[in-house]
Amino acid sequence: MFAEAISSILDHHCTPAAVRAIEGGASAQPLAAALADAGFLELLASEDHGGGGASWRDFFEVVLLCGGYAVPLPVAQTMATRLLTADPQGLPAGFITFAPALTRRADGFLQASQVPCAATASHVVGLVEGALLLLSIPQAHSAHSAIHGGLSASLCWPGDAGTVLQGGTAAAAFPYLGALLHAGLLAGAMKRCFDLTIGYANERVQFGKPIGKFQAVQHQLSVMAEHVAAARMASEAAFGIDALPTLPACAVAKARTSEAAQLVASIAHAVHGAIGVTEEYDLQLFTRRLHEWRLVHGSEAHWHRLLGRLVLESPHRLSVDFVRTVWEGAPA
Amino acid sequence: MADLLDNLQLASLPPHTEAFRREVKHFLAQELPPTPADVRSRSWLAFDAEFSRKLGARGWVGVTLPKQYGGAELDAFSRFVLVEELLAVGAPVGAHWIADRQSGPLILKFGSDAQKARYLPGICRGEIFFCIGMSEPNSGSDLASVASRAVRTDKGWRLNGRKIWTTNGHKCDYTIALVRTSGSPADRHAGLSQFVVDLKLPGVTVRPIVDLTGDAHFSEMFFDDVELDPEALIGNEGDGWKQVNAELAFERSGPERLYSSIVLLDAWLGWLRESARFEQQLETVGRFAAHLATLRQLSVAITAKLAAGESPVVEAALVKDLGTEFEQAVPAIIEAAIGADPADPPGEELVRTLAYVSHMAPTFSLRGGTREILRGMIARGLGLR
Repeated sequence: MFAEAISSILDHHCTPAAVRAIEGGASAQPLAAALADAGFLELLASEDHGGGGASWRDFFEVVLLCGGYAVPLPVAQTMATRLLTADPQGLPAGFITFAPALTRRADGFLQASQVPCAATASHVVGLVEGALLLLSIPQAHSAHSAIHGGLSASLCWPGDAGTVLQGGTAAAAFPYLGALLHAGLLAGAMKRCFDLTIGYANERVQFGKPIGKFQAVQHQLSVMAEHVAAARMASEAAFGIDALPTLPACAVAKARTSEAAQLVASIAHAVHGAIGVTEEYDLQLFTRRLHEWRLVHGSEAHWHRLLGRLVLESPHRLSVDFVRTVWEGAPA
Repeated sequence: MADLLDNLQLASLPPHTEAFRREVKHFLAQELPPTPADVRSRSWLAFDAEFSRKLGARGWVGVTLPKQYGGAELDAFSRFVLVEELLAVGAPVGAHWIADRQSGPLILKFGSDAQKARYLPGICRGEIFFCIGMSEPNSGSDLASVASRAVRTDKGWRLNGRKIWTTNGHKCDYTIALVRTSGSPADRHAGLSQFVVDLKLPGVTVRPIVDLTGDAHFSEMFFDDVELDPEALIGNEGDGWKQVNAELAFERSGPERLYSSIVLLDAWLGWLRESARFEQQLETVGRFAAHLATLRQLSVAITAKLAAGESPVVEAALVKDLGTEFEQAVPAIIEAAIGADPADPPGEELVRTLAYVSHMAPTFSLRGGTREILRGMIARGLGLR
């Protein structure tokens, strides 16, 4: 039900033209206001706190849509921030993004590199020295870290900036929550790339027939479908536990989606031919994000290493027993 | 028809399977003697009639078949758990595997009452063993081109032809053969029928085919004027193609399409754990785990469809192709990892296990439908054909 409502907003306010305009520097305010006015930013807050009380499964559907529409705002992060503090109503209005890495530099300044959606968010949450800090973006010194159309930036604040968030139900999960959200975003964007690619293969005629009729193209699309399905399953399963997602589940989700992202982007472009890399064609809105989201909050290389350690240090001597515990929580 | 992707919905094993899993683990701990990994890695090809009878006595062959035929009448989720546990330890399940997975369900679905009464109880006791008679010399992936033929006689049918790549055919009691009963190979799907053939009948010759590991898991079967009684025909004459496709959904959907290299993977992980060398292999180990965890969820999604009475043919093809890729990546990557440091060789058992799985890995994407056939099916499911 949340998904239907949000997709109707996105259909109106998050068209490819709107995404392009926001990426080009236009205000994201109409889209931001439509999402905020409909109460979507409070989706995950409990009903006691005036929120939507949505489950993780509901949330997954919404995150998937955000990926599928290339939403140029940190919608998923803003929703999840409601779980990072005991006082969600005390959070500022506007959009809040996550810092994949927040560090204190030698000169005492706080540094957040390559923050997604820094250009459209008003605040950043980051973890530094064991504390979750909420920092204002307008107060930061900002340097673009994106190329054409990108919204990310590297941000820097004086050492005493920010306020501490405390007592949220998901605070302990913050180190991997950003990865989980991006796994869902990746799955959504991959599905959109797939739909665009199938559509193009059925339309584009070469040698007298649609290119989708050629076996070589069909096999590429079949492989693409397999990896889109795997990405969706890995991310959905991590959200689908219907409790706070666990570290191993988030690790599998981000690793599997990130690995698939590279492959899906490359097949999508191969099938589209040169039109796919043009500014005017929509595919790039999604494949640019696949590459950005693969990197952010750790690529598969990072999560594979972490998972590998969990496997080798696990008491289980059968891999099958280990992977069961990934989804089922505590070791059986 | 992007619906294909929406069909693979997240599902989980229902709670009742947890107690069942513990039972199965307990049974395996009791009944399986310690066996080297290179032997265990043969798992669903390994023919051990005694082990199959023990499983049958426990009620765990034909687990999904109705109680009236001696089955345990458990759901598809329980079968998933049983199969998963058996494969995870590399139990020798090859003797009853085909009957449990596809011949039994096929007879239950399409067979006459007399056929059900005749075959299913023996299957469930782990006493009669079946093999698959689909492939023929030169038919390969073009299954519809089968040329073996059964013609009507006064007393039933007379069968002539050949079958090949039959797993454990030379050790089995029966095969279910897909043969032509009318028309010619040019008629493709029309005119095909399935017969239960008793491999002890006069005119049947079964020869093992020795493979590159020195094993003889495959065989070829010759049918020379084999007289079949009318009760040998399964289902309706001419419905063979339809029946075979239902059967292939079972063949392609099981965890054995993910776990063929699992004994090797665990043997390698055991070796890595013994020393600090695992630091160098964390990324590889984690990648295997991420793929396996995801594939297992996809396989559970297929199982949920089977449990709901659906026949997820294309979904199973999609998961099998991905699963096979994983099964083949495991020996390929482990071979490179082990060989990366010639000064630190593993023990003989791990080396033999690696050799066995590497040598047989090419078959993983052949059996049950080649990669190319599966990708064609997926393309059709996506509306491209």
